[in-house]
Amino acid sequence: MTIALPAQAERRRFGIDISKPVLYVFAAILCVLILLPLSWLLVFSVTDAKGAFTLGNFYRLFTESSFYEPFVTTFILATSSAFICCAVAAPMGWLVARTDLPFASIIRALVTASFVTPPFLGAIAWELLAAPNSGLLNKIARDWFGMAQDEHLFNIYTLPGLIFVISCYTFPYVFVLVANSLDRTPGELEDASSILGGGRWYTARRVTIPLVLPALLAGALVAFLQAMTLFGSPAILALPAGFHTMTTKIWSLFQFPPKPELAAAASLPLLVLTVILLRAEHMILGRRGYSVVGGKYGAPRLIPLHRWRWPAFVLCIVVLLNPVFLPYAALFNAAFSPVASTFLTMQNFTLHNVYFVLFELSAASLALKNTVILGTAAATVGTVIALVIAYVTARQAVTGWRVLGFLATAPIAIPGIVLGVGLFLSYTRPPFVLYGTLWILLIAFVTIALPSAYQQLQAAFRTIHPELEDASRILGATRLRSLWQITAPLLRTGVIATWCFIFVGVMRELSAAIILFTSETKVVSVLIFDLNESGDLGAISVIGLGMLLITFAVVIAVNKIPGFGNVRFRT
Amino acid sequence: MKGSEISRRGVLVGSSALAISTTFSTKVMSAAPAASAITPQLIEAAKKEGKVVWYTSVDLPLAEKIAKSFEAKFPGVAVRVERTGAERVFQRIGQEYGSNIHAVDVANSSDAAHFIVWKNQGLLEAYVPEDVAKFYPTEHKDPDGMFASFRVWVSIIAYNTNLVKKEEAPKSFADLLDPKWKGKIVKAHPGYSGTIMTATYQMQRDLGWGFFEKLAAQNVMQVQSSADPPKRLALGERAVMADGNEYNIFQISETGGPVAPVYATEGSPLIVGPTGMFKAAPNPNAARLFCNYSFTAECQQLIIDVGGLRSMHPETKEKPGRTPFKQIKVMKDDPAAVEKMSDEIKQHYVKIFRV
Repeated sequence: MTIALPAQAERRRFGIDISKPVLYVFAAILCVLILLPLSWLLVFSVTDAKGAFTLGNFYRLFTESSFYEPFVTTFILATSSAFICCAVAAPMGWLVARTDLPFASIIRALVTASFVTPPFLGAIAWELLAAPNSGLLNKIARDWFGMAQDEHLFNIYTLPGLIFVISCYTFPYVFVLVANSLDRTPGELEDASSILGGGRWYTARRVTIPLVLPALLAGALVAFLQAMTLFGSPAILALPAGFHTMTTKIWSLFQFPPKPELAAAASLPLLVLTVILLRAEHMILGRRGYSVVGGKYGAPRLIPLHRWRWPAFVLCIVVLLNPVFLPYAALFNAAFSPVASTFLTMQNFTLHNVYFVLFELSAASLALKNTVILGTAAATVGTVIALVIAYVTARQAVTGWRVLGFLATAPIAIPGIVLGVGLFLSYTRPPFVLYGTLWILLIAFVTIALPSAYQQLQAAFRTIHPELEDASRILGATRLRSLWQITAPLLRTGVIATWCFIFVGVMRELSAAIILFTSETKVVSVLIFDLNESGDLGAISVIGLGMLLITFAVVIAVNKIPGFGNVRFRT
Repeated sequence: MKGSEISRRGVLVGSSALAISTTFSTKVMSAAPAASAITPQLIEAAKKEGKVVWYTSVDLPLAEKIAKSFEAKFPGVAVRVERTGAERVFQRIGQEYGSNIHAVDVANSSDAAHFIVWKNQGLLEAYVPEDVAKFYPTEHKDPDGMFASFRVWVSIIAYNTNLVKKEEAPKSFADLLDPKWKGKIVKAHPGYSGTIMTATYQMQRDLGWGFFEKLAAQNVMQVQSSADPPKRLALGERAVMADGNEYNIFQISETGGPVAPVYATEGSPLIVGPTGMFKAAPNPNAARLFCNYSFTAECQQLIIDVGGLRSMHPETKEKPGRTPFKQIKVMKDDPAAVEKMSDEIKQHYVKIFRV
């Protein structure tokens, strides 16, 4: 490694290395992408409606119950969700990655299915399932247990109901992190422990768990942040119940007459909290670096479950009932039955909703077109930016790489809805007038996808030892060339997974889009939200199922590309 | 007064809209222009534009049916329906015009106050369809010819007939406060729905905010659109709705759904939904054609028969089986007062219902 430096200095005399300028351009793009909306938010948070400086927004935030109550609710919501996600996902991840669980690949596929399901669609499906009176599960419960008409088993319009639904669509983040981490942990380390006389529990405690701990902590953090910044599910489930979370409160501040100053102020505590959490994670995990992939290790040793194999499988399926089987069944039921809360039979089967969506809903085709264009564009642009920044930070290629890394991670702390407003404020005035075009949505989607895309690719970079790049550079390649010819091919699956991840993310994105769309630039998620507000559940179900089909088609198609192998999502 | 006018114009309605408004406020507009008929030239010009963008708050399936009937009559002119709650339509247009985006051709709002604001801002085009000039009563058309009442209906109480017996159903708003309805009521939101904004104004005027405070103690399920409470009743999710569209109740009950209307003894809030076109409409001829068609007896009969709405067009017939409009005790509508009070109503409402 040390000889790389003199070689680099010598190389400079013979040719121009354009990597520096390219890297600086990307840095500049990132600054504009993130700093512009953030600065506007900051400015707005300390201005009053007339534009004068004030701290009154913050004063109101901490003194009015209509503001601090949503804070408390959000904190309870995010903490409980993170806890539930870890409690469910960690054992599942271990079962799938480290034991001889039957059909482990199917379990993984189903987790991917719950991951790509838009949370707002899941929330609507759970309305169909567990609304206290019309919910299908409650209807079944009344039949089975002879409960009275106004009794119910589940009520989704409650805080626990909301926590449950959010956990359903957040646990895959933790699962994937834990399972991938266990996949990457070489069995030899555990073998070594056993050979040296460590019992099974001792090995687990001293070797396996410490190796997974970073992933689990990171997972808990991601789950917390997801739950905190989610907009769709609370808007669908909390508002009918009569309470706000931070995101729905912020959104309500943009209803007419809009109060962007208050919203900006309300979003800053979320930003600060996230930064603190990310720092905490870094402090806990910072000094423990594991370069576990470097050579030819054997596949991890699978632990035989013996007579617990099938119970464990059933347990996984029972867990997956909640994010996948039950909601999909409810959507299917609502799509083809005359009334969403009626059980589908051969007699009442109707294509009325399908006909409505395909032939009457005049906004549908435009929304679909916009979504596909934006998904493809955001995925491509986002992957390229994330790749370059991940490279810069992983290899510490330019001075100030820490700042770049921070900037790329920063959007995770900005609720989509707040970013939406920041972008709205930034791009409705010169020099960049982008409101009303797809560009502003593209910027939003790329910015939102950047943190996870960046972390995903950075993790991929970390697992590849720089010695191969160094070799290439010693042999005279510029930084860009070695990136392109050596690193990129090694990262192929990671890059494709990231592309896929962003594409799916665009399909799921609602919170920024809801601020930034115009009638010409509506996307499918906004259309679904519109339909939910007017109670057109049948049409939502048809569109939702269509959306899932497109998503699965993309995921499966990418998996089928020869040479790319099995793409797994990482966060 | 002045303060509310400014706030109503909104932060996001930018300088361009205000500039237009000052330009035109100096002109004297005392009379509407002459009535315009649907001429072959107009149809031709509309076909050249090929489409019309209609921002409306009427329930989506009905909006699409109106659009389809227009497309069937004038092939070659496609209608793109932009449907959301009236308060959102208002915000959307304000936001778009503030950024110099002129996407809307024709608007139809369930909050008549919006047309007062748009007219004051000078955004509307004076255009009087033939039927409006000939048939519509004076109180249902703008004296300057910028809008007219496309649809009229009431916000009503209704119940699910499977869950509530007819004799046990509430008869009045006061009945809704009976403890037996706790947890069984659904209602829509004035921050989203123009119907509910208008209804909330009339109800707080006639019944007082005290009524809403007591209603909030009943653990109501809060939905957004005034089209949603009828649908929640049809699902069986709640037994009674405190407000919502009469026309959705007709649509559902006439196709066999288990819902029935109640006209409260205190009177039902009267809702008027005007239609008008924008000066800066990107498809001006298609917009004129669509406006014109909207007020024809044909279209008005359609919104009655299919939609369950009421029409001010004297050549239309009410559908048998529905309570005739004249027999319904309605609360008095007052768009000018709604315009002045809308922010206050929203704030007060959020304080009471917490969302």
